[in-house]
Amino acid sequence: MAGLASTNERHTIGVVVDNEAGVLARVIGLFSGRGYNIDSLTVAEVDPANALSRITVVTTGTPQIIEQIKAQLERLVVVHRVNDLTTGGPHVERELALVKVVASGNRRVESLRIADIFRARVVDSTTKSFVFEVTGTSEKLNAFISLMEPLGLVELSRTGIVAIARGTTGL
Amino acid sequence: MRGRATGGMEASVELTGAEIIVKALLDQGADVVFGYPGGAVLPIYDAIFKQNQLRHILVRHEQGAAHAAEGYARSTGKVGVILVTSGPGATNTVTGLTDALMDSIPIVCLTGQVPTHLIGNDAFQEADTVGITRPCTKHNYLVRDVKDLARVLHEAFYVARSGRPGPVVVDIPKDVALAKGPYIGPADVKHRSYRPQVKGDAAKIKAAVAMFAAAKRPLIYAGGGVINSGPKAAKLLTDFARVTGVPITNTLMGLGAYPGTDPQFIGMLGMHGTYEANLAMAECDVMLNVGARFDDRVTGRLDSFAKKSRKIHIDIDPSSINKTVLVDLGIVGDAATVLEDLIKVWKAGRHRLDQKALKAWWKQIAQWRARDCLRYRMDDKVIKPQYALQRLYEMTKAREPFITTEVGQHQMWAAQFFKFNKPNRWMTSGGLGTMGYGLPAAIGVQIAHPDALVIDVAGEASVLMNIQEMSTIAQYRLPVKVFILNNEYMGMVRQWQEFFHGGRYAESYMDSLPDFVKLAESFHAVGLRATRPDEVDGLIEEMLRINRPVIADVMVDKTENVFPMIPAGAAHYEMKLGPEDHVAPATEDGMVLV
Repeated sequence: MAGLASTNERHTIGVVVDNEAGVLARVIGLFSGRGYNIDSLTVAEVDPANALSRITVVTTGTPQIIEQIKAQLERLVVVHRVNDLTTGGPHVERELALVKVVASGNRRVESLRIADIFRARVVDSTTKSFVFEVTGTSEKLNAFISLMEPLGLVELSRTGIVAIARGTTGL
Repeated sequence: MRGRATGGMEASVELTGAEIIVKALLDQGADVVFGYPGGAVLPIYDAIFKQNQLRHILVRHEQGAAHAAEGYARSTGKVGVILVTSGPGATNTVTGLTDALMDSIPIVCLTGQVPTHLIGNDAFQEADTVGITRPCTKHNYLVRDVKDLARVLHEAFYVARSGRPGPVVVDIPKDVALAKGPYIGPADVKHRSYRPQVKGDAAKIKAAVAMFAAAKRPLIYAGGGVINSGPKAAKLLTDFARVTGVPITNTLMGLGAYPGTDPQFIGMLGMHGTYEANLAMAECDVMLNVGARFDDRVTGRLDSFAKKSRKIHIDIDPSSINKTVLVDLGIVGDAATVLEDLIKVWKAGRHRLDQKALKAWWKQIAQWRARDCLRYRMDDKVIKPQYALQRLYEMTKAREPFITTEVGQHQMWAAQFFKFNKPNRWMTSGGLGTMGYGLPAAIGVQIAHPDALVIDVAGEASVLMNIQEMSTIAQYRLPVKVFILNNEYMGMVRQWQEFFHGGRYAESYMDSLPDFVKLAESFHAVGLRATRPDEVDGLIEEMLRINRPVIADVMVDKTENVFPMIPAGAAHYEMKLGPEDHVAPATEDGMVLV
């Protein structure tokens, strides 16, 4: 077959699964067992009435590997739908981070100023620290985090990417 | 017995979990279960004891139960059923489950589990069975509530046999087997999401016909998917090959999908396949793959695999398409269903291959065939293993035997020298390569076909891995024939050590072997031995005459190697035909391959 590019691509894939014990282990086991990459993975129930959860997984591989990953995911008995958002048209990706900064004086004021620029919210405060909540693309979060590091970043928690297709159609 | 009216609660009688299990198995058409009792499954064994419809076959090790269920499933097309206890009972099935997963064999394995309130407490004979078996099953379940039990069991059978078949584990805590709950019949259970695609895409089938019709050097490459689809698929495959007049090769798992004695059959392909099959793969211009998966044993070196061909791949498992070999046209669907449509389109379009080209192609194949790649040097003092198998085949073929094998040289020779004209007659561990598969598999086959001739073609090393199952054979008076090609080596290991490791036979010599004749006798079977070529026919005659289990210990040439051989990492056209060809790893990368 005419040469598919063998360069790595990054894909964001939405997977609708049964919300039952062991589902996440099946998906993660598939990736580890077959040597696929997981750049990030999020999961939560999205349809309690039908006991469905949605997994958003970001992975990297050649086009052939990406096709395999999707086929292998679809093969899992607990999987209802697999949607490659990267190839499926325009979509929105968001991530949330909680960033704890311990600082005083100018550095404390500076952290607040940067938070304002990034539309980060303060969700916890002591006289010596802030916890910022920041939402956006992963690149935006990376930028925010790198600015906070020299100002006294002591702890970081990120959700990983969640994503959804733009437009009127639902998965 | 039929509980179809019990869908609603109104008519349902509450049964114990154990009774639900027995009823569900019967409603699923299971008539036999291979198992081994233990603490966590005692209630289930009690329910089996109290009825007469479901037969239980007591194996001597749970791995044996798994392979017996595989043999049963492969030779009947039905789902094989296993029942084992928690902890070691469950872990002992793992090899068999993995084997069934690799070879797409439908199995339902019921495992006992410690009571729900003890799960996670490191209780006696507790193991995380669903955790351990997750990667070696198609799907698995832990049933925590007796209300779910009937549904899960019916789902398990559905999942095991649908789409690409495979093993399914249902883990049942002891308290669930004892609790009372409602029963629902199979008709009342519909899986909420699992719907494998059976029918092929019409446009793609049309395109496949057009591509195939334009071929000058066409080839059909058919695998275990045809056998799994059922006898109808094998018949349709044969029809299509006959209608088109093209050559056809089968994989190890596909033997019997096309009549082995038919002139259009050019033999098995792959590492130890025939010269003509492998060169036809290398030289064909259109390849039609039906239910095979481009296994590494078939493709050899990928970057030089069948480069001259456009490829059509029919498979029920979408993940098999473009997994290792990129194809031009992938058709997802069941082999029989797609072949039926393919033949319809072919006939409707009145397609006919270029007969001049086809004739030239067959002429080329005839030249490859003339190399007689399976030839070997006959000896009048030492029994050549190929000779023993050739005689076994000739002397048994009229009885259309069921052949199981262990894994190694004897397995490859059996694949080369036995010709199967029907599907479901050949049971071998292809994907996983499980030594110790053949003897318990033969038990499952013989249970399903009590009057048939069932032969385990074995090596002396492999057969020892599950030799305890001779006791099962004795208990159920199964007239299984164990035909051991005894070369006092792990032959295939020795062969690779000879070719790739300077003849340093590290640990591949089978020292302190048992006397297989006495071993047979101690297991209430008949032991026979042949040490010279002129004794082979007599031994086989005697073996067939005895209507009891037999171990035939055939002392064969210790140094014989399996040819043809495509060394690991080599391409099809780099095949070695005999000892006169120097065999060495084709590349540094090839050395790493198994």
